[in-house]
Amino acid sequence: MTWAPTRPETPPADLEQRPLPRGRPLLQTNLTTASGIGLGVAMIWFSMLVLIPLCAVLITASEGGWGAFWSTVTHPQTFAAIRLTLLSAAAVTLVNVVMGTLIAWVLVRDRFWGKGALEVLIDLPFALPTLVAGLVLLSLYGKDSPVGLELAYTPASVFLAFLFVTLPFVVRMVQPVLEELEVEVEEAAASLGASRATTFRRVILPALVPAITAGAALSFARGVGEYGSLVLLSGNLPYRSEVASVRILGSIENDNLAGAASVAALLLVISLAVIVVLDAMQRRVADRG
Amino acid sequence: MRSMRNVAVATAGVLALTGCAMGAERPADHASLSVVGFAVPEAANKAIADEFAKTEAGQGVSFRTSYGASGDQSRAVAAGLKADYVHLSVATDVTRLVDAGLVEENWDQGENKGVVSTSIVVFGVRDGNPKNIRSWEDLVKPGVEIVTPNPASSGAARWNALAAWGQVISDDGDEGAATEYLDRFFANVVALPNSGRDATTAFLGGTGDVLMAYENEAILAAQSGQGFEYVIPDTTILIENPGTILKDAGPVATAWLDFVLSDAGQRQFALKGFRPIRDDVDFGGVVEGAADPTDPFPAVPTLLTVHDDFGGWAALTAKFFDESDGIVSRAIAASGKAS
Repeated sequence: MTWAPTRPETPPADLEQRPLPRGRPLLQTNLTTASGIGLGVAMIWFSMLVLIPLCAVLITASEGGWGAFWSTVTHPQTFAAIRLTLLSAAAVTLVNVVMGTLIAWVLVRDRFWGKGALEVLIDLPFALPTLVAGLVLLSLYGKDSPVGLELAYTPASVFLAFLFVTLPFVVRMVQPVLEELEVEVEEAAASLGASRATTFRRVILPALVPAITAGAALSFARGVGEYGSLVLLSGNLPYRSEVASVRILGSIENDNLAGAASVAALLLVISLAVIVVLDAMQRRVADRG
Repeated sequence: MRSMRNVAVATAGVLALTGCAMGAERPADHASLSVVGFAVPEAANKAIADEFAKTEAGQGVSFRTSYGASGDQSRAVAAGLKADYVHLSVATDVTRLVDAGLVEENWDQGENKGVVSTSIVVFGVRDGNPKNIRSWEDLVKPGVEIVTPNPASSGAARWNALAAWGQVISDDGDEGAATEYLDRFFANVVALPNSGRDATTAFLGGTGDVLMAYENEAILAAQSGQGFEYVIPDTTILIENPGTILKDAGPVATAWLDFVLSDAGQRQFALKGFRPIRDDVDFGGVVEGAADPTDPFPAVPTLLTVHDDFGGWAALTAKFFDESDGIVSRAIAASGKAS
């Protein structure tokens, strides 16, 4: 399985492909019949799978009114679970930005024995059922851990599981961009007297930023929603290793759908905000470059 | 190596779980029966189905089966999953179907009170019982680590919490003492997996000194070579799993339920580790996998029941399991704050 990345919308340093200036009349389109049908199909597809279900979650969450929503998400145990989930996802995203870029770099720029195998194995966390991932992690980091790290049932287990399932995102986003980056540009920078560090910071990194942020956004969102790999690993200890999904499950078990949807809606809104902020950051960096 | 084997076995279990068996496809001119159940009695129901097929009523009946977490299965049926017969862990999961208009209101008024299989809560312990766990008091000693499924997310786990509370009351304790016991109990809990099976996996993987388990699961685990020693405390709770047919089920479903409740059906339950719902069921006296196979179901000195000691599920659910005010929910939350 290969991850087909969406190309960054705004390749940096390519002024011709800047987004269209704002303020253009919305109705003025240049759609042909074929592309109109294409857009229609895309929107129906997207609505059936994503928009309508998400709206249903928001509507269910709003059933009890603002007061019920607020008391659900500020319930101390639920709040602790939401905080653990978000902080772990954020920390994992930061690690992925560094490690993912590094791994992509190694895969693109270096020649070494076993590279082909590594290339394939990177996608394993996507292919492996997360429940199995949890089992594997439990046998490695559980009681009597063969590597001496007993992380199961601690807050670190959540971090570990997120790390596992989100590993491929940044790698697979950065890799194709890095592959297309021409070595001549770096050589030119070097010939103009730039050090390796300066070349990386001023030439390579700006080109990678859109891909890195796109990977980071996916990584964060995936972490927030992760559940399967934690089933066996985290132990669901309240205030310690219990994530938001488990609170949602508890609400569902009590037939409290509004409560479950409230937590889900909050996670949804925060994930959306993070994606928007990352996108804005990426645009600013791209504009500077 | 042992952990590798555990992983292999557990992986096989996971695969078996995900592969919700859809039953053998038979020609359409035979009656079919959709069985929706919680995960635990799958093996027993399969054995009963094999016996049922040998009877006149059961000849040529094709089964479609779905097994999973009790609450999930109940919600699925309420949402439209086809079912003729449901076998769930707790009565509240059937009540949901009554509320949805799918099950008759008087489903639990029969001679069996709606119960089709029973078991008891036991303590799973390490080989040789190194921490000498015998009683509920032993569980709350310092340094004893308990694994129990999470009563917040697993309906089946609620039996464990009720047993822990009820044994204090039956021992002449008041509600304050019982609440205090629950706090100490959950303070010793090291993992709260979401289902009984996950809890067993965690325990077999090396977590904890005690596993809160069902007697039938301990026996079935031993039968499949994944056994652990278990101890029956002097006071425990009778687990009563409800089963019923749905309103629009055909006559074959009625015949099936009658067979499940008959001695022949209960015999199969017994052989898989469930306590028969009547004392006089002849299962041959030997159940492999039991602590003592020739006396598989020893009498428990004090056996609590939901009906007699807790006033029924309707009364106890809010009191114990309300998300923010339930006694058990509070005890679980307190355990996290203390540590």
